[in-house]
Amino acid sequence: MPYRQPALDLSPPVSDEVRKTTCYMCACRCGINVHMKDGKLAYIEGNRDHPVNRGVLCAKGSSGIMQVTAPSRLRAPLKRVGPRGSGEFEEISWEEALQTATSWLKPLRETAPEKLAFFTGRDQSQSFTSWWAQSYGTPNYAAHGGFCSVNMAAGGIYTIGGAFWEFGQPDWDHTKLFLLFGVAEDHDSNPIKMGIGKIKTRGAKVIGINPIRSGYNAVADDWYGVTPGSDGLLILSLIHELLKAGKVDLDYLAQFTNAGCLVNATEGSEKGLLLRDSAGELLVIDRVTGEPAAYDKAGVRPDLGASWNGHRTVFQHMAEKYLSPYYAPEAVAERTGITAARIKGLAAEIARVAFEEAIELRQPWTDFRGERHEVMVGRPVSMHSMRGISAHSNGFQTARALHLLQVLIGSVETPGGFRFKPPYPKPATAHPVPHCKVTPGAPLDGPHLGYPQGPEHLALKEDGTPARIDKAFSWEAPLSAHGLMHMVISNAHAGVPYRIDTLLLYMANMAWNSTMNTRQVIEMLTDKGEGGEYVIPRIIYSDAYSSEMVAYADLILPDTTYLERHDCISLLDRPICEADAAADAIRWPVIEPDRNVRGFQSVMLDLGARLGLPGMVGEDGAAKYKDYADYIVRHERRPGVGPLAGFRGNGEDVGRGAPNPEQLQRYIDNGGFFATHVPEEGLYYKPWNRAYQDWAVTIGLYDKPLPYLFSVYSEPMRRFQLAAEGHGDRQPPDHLRDQIKSAMDPLPAWYPPFGDAGAGEYPIHALTQRPMAMYHSWGTQNAWLRQIHGRNPLYLPEAIWREHGFAEGDWAKVTSPHGSITVPVALMAGLNSKTIWTWNAIGKRKGAWALEPDAPEATKGFLLNHLIHELLPPKGDGLRWANSDPVTGQAAWFDLRVKIERVPPQEQTSPDFPVIKSPVPKAPKNRLWGGEK
Amino acid sequence: MHPAPSVIVFTVLSGLGLGFLAYLGLGFLRPSGVYAFLIYGLAYGFAVAGLLASTLHLGNPQRALRAFTQWRTSWLSREAWTSVATLLVMAPAALLAIFAGFPSATFGFPGALLALATVFCTSMIYAQLKTVPRWNHWTTPALFLLFALTGGAILSAQAGLAAALCVLLGLLLIFSYRLGDGRFAERGSTMETATGLGRIGKVRLYEPPHTGTNYLMREMIHLVARKHSARLRVISVLFAAVLPAVTLLILPLSVATVALALAFHLIGAFAARWLFFAEAEHVVGLYYGAR
Amino acid sequence: MTQLPATPSKKKLGLVIDLDICVGCHACVTSCKGWNTENYGAPLSDMDAYGADPSGTFLNRIHSFEVQPAEGPSQTIHFPKSCLHCEDAPCVTVCPTGASYKRAEDGIVLVNEDACIGCGLCAWACPYGARELDQAAGVMKKCTLCVDRIYNQNLPEEDRLPACVRTCPAGARHFGDLGDPDSDVSRLVAEREGMDLMPELGTKPVNKYLPPKPKDRPAAEPLSPIADLQATGLAGWLDRLLEKL
Ligand SMILES: Nc1nc2c(c(=O)[nH]1)N[C@H]1C(S)=C(S)[C@@H](COP(=O)(O)OP(=O)(O)OC[C@H]3O[C@@H](n4cnc5c(=O)[nH]c(N)nc54)[C@H](O)[C@@H]3O)O[C@H]1N2
Ligand SMILES: Nc1nc2c(c(=O)[nH]1)N[C@H]1C(S)=C(S)[C@@H](COP(=O)(O)OP(=O)(O)OC[C@H]3O[C@@H](n4cnc5c(=O)[nH]c(N)nc54)[C@H](O)[C@@H]3O)O[C@H]1N2
Ligand code: SF4
Ligand code: SF4
Ligand code: SF4
Ligand code: SF4
Ligand code: SF4
Ligand SMILES: [Mo]
Repeated sequence: MPYRQPALDLSPPVSDEVRKTTCYMCACRCGINVHMKDGKLAYIEGNRDHPVNRGVLCAKGSSGIMQVTAPSRLRAPLKRVGPRGSGEFEEISWEEALQTATSWLKPLRETAPEKLAFFTGRDQSQSFTSWWAQSYGTPNYAAHGGFCSVNMAAGGIYTIGGAFWEFGQPDWDHTKLFLLFGVAEDHDSNPIKMGIGKIKTRGAKVIGINPIRSGYNAVADDWYGVTPGSDGLLILSLIHELLKAGKVDLDYLAQFTNAGCLVNATEGSEKGLLLRDSAGELLVIDRVTGEPAAYDKAGVRPDLGASWNGHRTVFQHMAEKYLSPYYAPEAVAERTGITAARIKGLAAEIARVAFEEAIELRQPWTDFRGERHEVMVGRPVSMHSMRGISAHSNGFQTARALHLLQVLIGSVETPGGFRFKPPYPKPATAHPVPHCKVTPGAPLDGPHLGYPQGPEHLALKEDGTPARIDKAFSWEAPLSAHGLMHMVISNAHAGVPYRIDTLLLYMANMAWNSTMNTRQVIEMLTDKGEGGEYVIPRIIYSDAYSSEMVAYADLILPDTTYLERHDCISLLDRPICEADAAADAIRWPVIEPDRNVRGFQSVMLDLGARLGLPGMVGEDGAAKYKDYADYIVRHERRPGVGPLAGFRGNGEDVGRGAPNPEQLQRYIDNGGFFATHVPEEGLYYKPWNRAYQDWAVTIGLYDKPLPYLFSVYSEPMRRFQLAAEGHGDRQPPDHLRDQIKSAMDPLPAWYPPFGDAGAGEYPIHALTQRPMAMYHSWGTQNAWLRQIHGRNPLYLPEAIWREHGFAEGDWAKVTSPHGSITVPVALMAGLNSKTIWTWNAIGKRKGAWALEPDAPEATKGFLLNHLIHELLPPKGDGLRWANSDPVTGQAAWFDLRVKIERVPPQEQTSPDFPVIKSPVPKAPKNRLWGGEK
Repeated sequence: MHPAPSVIVFTVLSGLGLGFLAYLGLGFLRPSGVYAFLIYGLAYGFAVAGLLASTLHLGNPQRALRAFTQWRTSWLSREAWTSVATLLVMAPAALLAIFAGFPSATFGFPGALLALATVFCTSMIYAQLKTVPRWNHWTTPALFLLFALTGGAILSAQAGLAAALCVLLGLLLIFSYRLGDGRFAERGSTMETATGLGRIGKVRLYEPPHTGTNYLMREMIHLVARKHSARLRVISVLFAAVLPAVTLLILPLSVATVALALAFHLIGAFAARWLFFAEAEHVVGLYYGAR
Repeated sequence: MTQLPATPSKKKLGLVIDLDICVGCHACVTSCKGWNTENYGAPLSDMDAYGADPSGTFLNRIHSFEVQPAEGPSQTIHFPKSCLHCEDAPCVTVCPTGASYKRAEDGIVLVNEDACIGCGLCAWACPYGARELDQAAGVMKKCTLCVDRIYNQNLPEEDRLPACVRTCPAGARHFGDLGDPDSDVSRLVAEREGMDLMPELGTKPVNKYLPPKPKDRPAAEPLSPIADLQATGLAGWLDRLLEKL
């Protein structure tokens, strides 16, 4: 038959309707177009107008349909009927669930509100949940930042008043050299991919500093396979090289940082603090007059080289420290795994691009001293970093070192460098300090979390013991700005610092992958006291799916999925801003739930009203808000400032304005988000730029302009050191003095990660990485994604592979000071020779997530968490030290040290846990789209 | 390639049946009456059973008739035509033998040609595939035809001819095994050419696109242990060629002797055909690091 | 139909994939799966979706390779692969039913599912593993180059491109007419020395791959110190440095 082709309909209808909302498969919060066909969800694509993703969508976002239709979705409130951990539940009504919760929480509030610990996971409504907890009156509230990346957040905010973590981005449009430290995926998933694609296409260079060469590091033009935990050394060595060659931006340092400030040299309780004038303003020596002057006075030119009455500038202290041969490339090569020649080469490359390829934008602007600049000078070297640096016990200082590097070359908030996203810049001093004062029957005295400026802001009780169950803001973790969620269960179990009654958890899989020491945590959750009562008496949990954690709660509040509820991604919290614009967004029910589930925030408002919490009930004691949607529109944090910044008042007001009943509809009509642009003059130099500062005040980000200097030298840290040296009336316990003295160095420093103590017996570093196509534990219930990552091999470098004679198909027994696992291995060549790794959170508990018990996730998949303990191995001093950063308490996941041994192929990874009973019906066998079988 | 039982059964039995039909058409055997009914029945039985088996692996067998449309380019389509033509053209020959008791060269000769053409078309389905270098060679049609002729000769009780063909078959099998082992390398497809990354250096798979299996892997990636294959190769030559030849030459010719020789031959043929599939490597395996 | 069009089309629509920036995120994999489950032909099924051996039909998959250059560290390359819409498409000519065909007007290779018997031969003929037989529908599935998007009047003009291209966060996928030497994609291919996969098989793929750019180049010359610290001490260094202001 000769050539003939069928007639095709080239313009089939695409959908009946497109509903625009916000993705939820990670904290990137991209805009999505949800296509509806016959009233059903048909297809999800990116929203082209959205400031975050500009139309693109990642693998998870594009498979939202499999998330929303996953058989693992919880169906109704559950009451535990069997023992904890058995998975035996009974479905109950919402009325019964809410009454139960009320009957537990009401008496607690009247007597001891701190006995409620309310911790939330990757909560996108933290401004709401923290408000709820504050109103309830418990000091025990935090979200997940403590086990995630608080080092990054705190390191950034204390140093430059903003952080890599969500609140900043490289200047993708102008950068010529981009350095990426320790990132596999990050929260800014799509923007980073878009940015890397864009700059590489333009011919800019990308450098990956990471023990593992995959993903972003695979496309990096140069790869530095650094040995884990040593980035601080590497960075300080780069700084050493730059200083030695004088390749630093002196002008920038003098004008915009505290490098020109004077460090008090007088012995005593002020030693090492910065000199101030009588009005409390920082003092510098003006180069023009040679006289001391307030740093922000018009016309002042701080002299970096000044000495005054024996007080030297920060700059001199810094130079002295980093010019030391201790940081010479030759001295750090061995520890970092990078040769001296490459370290020097990298320093030279940074210097070349920063200073020889500097750019100028013809955009006049005026600084906080009132000086007008005709151009914006850019040092087009940008950097970004996340957990590869922050998830180590030296992560806070390493993050500071990295910011110092950026500041030295003048690339923060300048064209081509690193840019803040509103509501940042915002220095640590402009944040609240922690509050912990409990009054039965009344709200807490202020917000739970914040940025202590010195020991006076620690959350301690009268007797000096920690006021919080997680011991955040105690001497063990003074700057734990995000709380320490990973310590809650073990502290509550140990009854240290005190016993609690009810643990209320929201979307955190604490009985599995978000916990260290998983098996023991499971035991703590099920442990009973002498009288047969549970040591943690009551656990309430909200999840949307049948996760491992569900089995360990007494009462389950089943949440909706992301397409079935209202949400708000608020400027009060973690918004979706870009460097050019302030932006926020909503989710709204684009489909109706087909189960007896309710949005968690609406449930909390209902519960709050039943408990009579201030702010949640009106004068008459009746519920103030109908549901979360009503709250989003009508709640005001400060007069005129509410959860959403867009379309306020009559619909035209931005940032400040009366509540507008039409607001949600306006958001929906606008594609689910709102964005307002930073004026051209305010686009760079934001911390010092009048145009930006004034704009930020108009839209309600600040109440008055807040210019500040970058803290090359950190005074708050010095204040803690002073306390440890014996000054002041708040004194650390003796066993912590040395740790505070060394860890709280006011200049960025490096010390070996605590895990290195075991390096002799456990020579290998073990890491995890986020797979781009999986989100922690929830990705697995997605039938598309689990085909991509249904099991996780342990990747070994060639050196270890050969040393132990591994062959394809082999397994390994991996042992840490804390335990052993037996797992399948695979070879990877692009890997630091002392490092092994696997994908994070692929391993699943049998019976969870509506998977068959013989699913590969449960038979071949595994977690490294079994090898990681929340405490360090005993050192023989009778104390158990936390496996965390001593400054922020950040969980040191990546300090893990192991040894390895080859074993023949196995059928089952170990440890292997018994099957838990599923609270949801069995999943269909096949997904056929119309007629599942 | 996945050695699917349906395809092995199809090719072995249809080849045997068609080979036998060819001998019948050429008049090597001249059965009549009930005997002819049995003989032709046997030949048709093998051929048809084989052809039917081939539909077992179809995703939509109800549309099988469509397979007749593309004879201009598709060997599968040509095979469909030639097989049906063979069965149709041989039918009058069979009927004449059964009912009239005489062989018909008018139908038999073209029928025989068509039968062999069918076997050739079947073989070309495999031999045409550049993606499977081991198959993509003249030895593939030669083997298929030689199997058909040898099996047919055995069934036709042509002891001398069959034994001679057995010798040829044995030699060709040994030759094709030897040659086949080098075919993939000869074709020049490597992970480097498959990915174009050879200009950088040596390529290896680090992470497959999915952790489970998929259609491609089930269908096209099959690894046979070297030891296993060596053993089966010996078995195939021994049973398909050596034992039937010896049987036919040593034992007095009888139905039992033919049956025994055939049984040996079939065992060998199945082993050879299993190896034909199982040892054939598809270039797509390169993307999965399977080579 | 099973024949290739008598005169090859001048228009050769296809994809150009940039291996220098593909980060291996699998976004194109699932957006393709989503679009094609709702559109062209039978939905893409997933068998044993929540069980021990999940296996579904995908039209686009990402392999990840490591390449060891003669010098320098191993490189990792994420490698997307879907139908290359070959000019001499062996998958078309082997098809016994005519279900598999190459469109005369733009060169897109498609399967007419109503005619497909699911014999699998075309998948055997394809060197690239670009075809997968759907286990539920029993028909052959392959990349359609989103033929139901690229001309679709119901989509805004800017969206008339393949789902995988629209979604790729890194911008590693380009769509266009490779038959037109002046098209953006053709220029890219010329500039970056776009390459064919397994050219030795003579399939003449339309899709091209842009090779990764050279990596891990030798380290730059070290910086020279402004002063000899040992000799001058910190003060001398500071003087030299501040002279610059
Ligand atoms: N797809 C997807 N996206 C996600 C998530 C997810 O689960 N899936 N999770 C979200 C969450 S909660 C978080 S916290 C972020 C985290 O996002 P990332 O910060 O990207 O976190 P990880 O995947 O843990 O990757 C850590 C990286 O650091 C490297 N690394 C480890 N130790 C060191 C070191 O000492 N030095 C250097 N230079 N590198 C090191 C590891 O090799 C790895 O590449 O991702 C968010 N985004
Ligand atoms: N070994 C190792 N362990 C790690 C890390 C690591 O790098 N290595 N990373 C750590 C980090 S940074 C993080 S952030 C944690 C993350 O750990 P988790 O925060 O525990 O993350 P998930 O596994 O995603 O669990 C969140 C829970 O939220 C539920 N959920 C999903 N959607 C909804 C919803 O809409 N409503 C409600 N109510 N619940 C929902 C999920 O079903 C799941 O049970 O893991 C930590 N654990
Ligand atoms: S990055 Fe992916 S999962 Fe995260 S919000 Fe965006 S589309 Fe959703
Ligand atoms: S890639 Fe494969 S399926 Fe696509 S046209 Fe080429 S041979 Fe055919
Ligand atoms: S599977 Fe379908 S498209 Fe492929 S060759 Fe067979 S009939 Fe043609
Ligand atoms: S062009 Fe369309 S069908 Fe082809 S891979 Fe891309 S999304 Fe899938
Ligand atoms: S979406 Fe783009 S970057 Fe991601 S795997 Fe596909 S081609 Fe590569
Ligand atoms: Mo996290």
